[in-house]
Amino acid sequence: MRPPRNYYVQAFKREAGMLSRVADSLYWMGRYLERAEHTSRLVNVELQLWLDQSPEVGAGRWRFLLEALRAPAAEGPVDPTRLLNTLVFSRTNASSIVSCIAAARENLRHVREQCSTRMWEQLNRLYLNVIDRRPEEDWLLKSHDFFLYVLENAYLFHGITDATMSHGEGWQFIQLGRYVERADTLTTLLETHFKRTTSHFERPIEGAEYLEWVGLLGGCVALEAYCKAHTAEIRPLRVAEFLLLNPDFPHSIRFAVDRVNAALHMIGELTQRNAKAPTRIAGRLRAQLSFSQIEEIMAEGAHGYLQNVRKECGEIHAAIHEIYFDYSVEAELAS
Amino acid sequence: MKDSPGRLAGQPMKATATPARIPLAPSFVNYKIDTAYDEMFAAPGQPREHYRALHQTLLKLPPEELRRSQQAADLAFLHEGITFTVYGSKEGTERIFPNDLLPRIIAAREWAKIEKGLTQRLTALNLFLRDIYHEGRILADKVVPRELLYSCKHFRREMRGLNVPRDIYVSICGTDLVRLPDGVFAVLEDNLRVPSGVSYMVANRKVLKRVFPKLFRDYGVWPVDHYPRELLGTLRALAPDNCIHRQDPTTVLLTPGVSNSAYFEHTFLAQQMGIELVEGRDLLVHDNVVYMRTTAGLRRVDVIYRRVDDDFLDPLCFRPDSILGVPGLFNAYRSGNVTLANAIGTGVADDKAVYAFVPDIIKYYLGEEAILPNVPTFLMSNATHRQHVLENLETMVVKAVGESGGYGMLIGPHSTVQQREEFRACILADPRNYIAQPTLSLSCAPCLIDGAIESRHIDLRPYILMGEKVKLVPGGLTRVALRKGSLVVNSSQGGGSKDTWVLREGEFAEDLLEEARKELRPRAGRGEQTV
Repeated sequence: MRPPRNYYVQAFKREAGMLSRVADSLYWMGRYLERAEHTSRLVNVELQLWLDQSPEVGAGRWRFLLEALRAPAAEGPVDPTRLLNTLVFSRTNASSIVSCIAAARENLRHVREQCSTRMWEQLNRLYLNVIDRRPEEDWLLKSHDFFLYVLENAYLFHGITDATMSHGEGWQFIQLGRYVERADTLTTLLETHFKRTTSHFERPIEGAEYLEWVGLLGGCVALEAYCKAHTAEIRPLRVAEFLLLNPDFPHSIRFAVDRVNAALHMIGELTQRNAKAPTRIAGRLRAQLSFSQIEEIMAEGAHGYLQNVRKECGEIHAAIHEIYFDYSVEAELAS
Repeated sequence: MKDSPGRLAGQPMKATATPARIPLAPSFVNYKIDTAYDEMFAAPGQPREHYRALHQTLLKLPPEELRRSQQAADLAFLHEGITFTVYGSKEGTERIFPNDLLPRIIAAREWAKIEKGLTQRLTALNLFLRDIYHEGRILADKVVPRELLYSCKHFRREMRGLNVPRDIYVSICGTDLVRLPDGVFAVLEDNLRVPSGVSYMVANRKVLKRVFPKLFRDYGVWPVDHYPRELLGTLRALAPDNCIHRQDPTTVLLTPGVSNSAYFEHTFLAQQMGIELVEGRDLLVHDNVVYMRTTAGLRRVDVIYRRVDDDFLDPLCFRPDSILGVPGLFNAYRSGNVTLANAIGTGVADDKAVYAFVPDIIKYYLGEEAILPNVPTFLMSNATHRQHVLENLETMVVKAVGESGGYGMLIGPHSTVQQREEFRACILADPRNYIAQPTLSLSCAPCLIDGAIESRHIDLRPYILMGEKVKLVPGGLTRVALRKGSLVVNSSQGGGSKDTWVLREGEFAEDLLEEARKELRPRAGRGEQTV
């Protein structure tokens, strides 16, 4: 008697889902690495700008940087060297570049069998290279190479991951962490920028304002892409639109949210949990970004809009934990 | 199998000059043969039959080539990730488990006897465990003293009356064998709790195939890479009766985590078997059923291959400060909803004092003489033994009964007066905790030390699986005491490993085995024992 038609398929079907702890580690690894990347970029751009600015403007810029990175505000006059130490090397600052890289590596170490050997080697090498560095005398002026090193090795890690890791649930969680973090940090950056800027959105900008906007674009690796789309004439409205709503540029908020959606959708399918909160909230946010117009946003207040986006990102993060990682036994068995 | 004519069992080998003596090759110039059994040489310059091909190969290889091969092997190990973690100031430093290039070769007939002996031993030990955790007939018949068992800290009262699937308590066993100067294999100790090292066995084989491919093929060696598959089969055979998918029980490997020095082995085995590697915090118990927490919800667990000690398995039942375990696991176990491999409480049978009774245990349950002998053992809790040992400490090896890894051990001939005094005090303070054995000369095998070939002491740890049937993977881990003159083979104390080659020499046909069995039965009036 022949076995039923789907007998063999079922016999080899693997069960859905992966260990929550492992998914959690991959998610956080993605987040920490993205944070290290973002911080490197911002600090690097600020240092370049600092060389071009007057001391008063410079001091203001440091405060802006701290706020954009959500680092604790400095009291009194800002000492660039100490500031950089906090943002780059300090192990007591959990969001410093070195701390983030160490955290990313530690998370990967705990789930090493999930990733390919090359991935581990790459992240481990980056970690070993930065962990023992100490800033020398005039490090400030020579730091460009350090930030470039971090950025390129982060890009390399993602390239190796894409090429050597199966794009299954584990890979999706890495992408999820990466893009949730990106959406979050970009939103904070823009929020801070719009709060502080004195530029008028309709009029062309001039003088010191120009550097501000170039700095903003540089912090998102967006200068060249923006110029390609809109020419070198910097118009605040167009910059805002580019960084907030552009669907194609990797460091726009909309792009990041799109990616978050894609990852959540795939994970939801693999685990049969697409009807749940994370997918819903992310879908709603994505729709909002897809159908907004920059003029409306500006008219109603960019700051408020961005605050809302950031809040939604926070809710997505919480929902991910609640549904995929930390669910309670009772809730689970009831459903 | 006789190696040199006219030599009787029990007499030490003498390094006499035999007529047709082959001069030692340059690479062997530092090779010394003494009273220990030498695996390779029957006499200086005369390799044993099964070692001849290797000997020839080594003679032809220039020393530089050997050194390069060793380096290539070390690199292969590093790339494969065969490391174990050393914790110091630098986070996560990993070291290669030292691997010696030259394989240890065992003839087919010798292995047949080892296989029979270990099967017999594990079968008897499982019967013993079942008995002492139920009726205790062997205790009532006074074959094994009750106090000995009840004073063992690994005897778990919680296991009284608990039934385990197939009555198999030990499904994964690593028994340490040594070859005595007369060529006989004897059991040094059993490891019935959480034996490790099997991943090195598989890794060594992979590397050796790359370094000596022609030799390997010409010899005809039994493979070992099917160990993970056999292990999975064994684990699945122990699934609880009430598990939902009988064809595909959910099996996991419970690890203490990345900080454990054997973590590499845990990830290796889990990956090779295709099962989930979990930590205590991934599991939870609800209504006496064990679940693991996944992104798709809770998934029931049927069999746990646990690499966590009894003490740390369940904070509600054993050590309350353990964070490695799963609260409620023992209740689920007791309810028969989950299987643990190995079972809880097996440590009582690998206690070194209980070890001394194993030949009696085999006799009691199977009615047979032990095929593989024990090493003579003195119990410090026995007054006569104790007196004898204390008078002769310099010639004895004293061991604490519950330790492993080569710790808590005194090696008489290599000890100082002060060390012996310390041990004397320990023995008198807590005699139940110590046993002693005469210092054994473990057999020696050629090793590559700094480009030259020297002899070092070795042992053998085969791995025995017991599920539906007893299965051994031919070979096992040969451990080497890398330090010159040392008898301690443990990795934590300067030990390394070798690949072990069990030769095919024709299939293990039933008639061959029967012939081997006939040879092994003691013949009346001759007192000879061939191996």
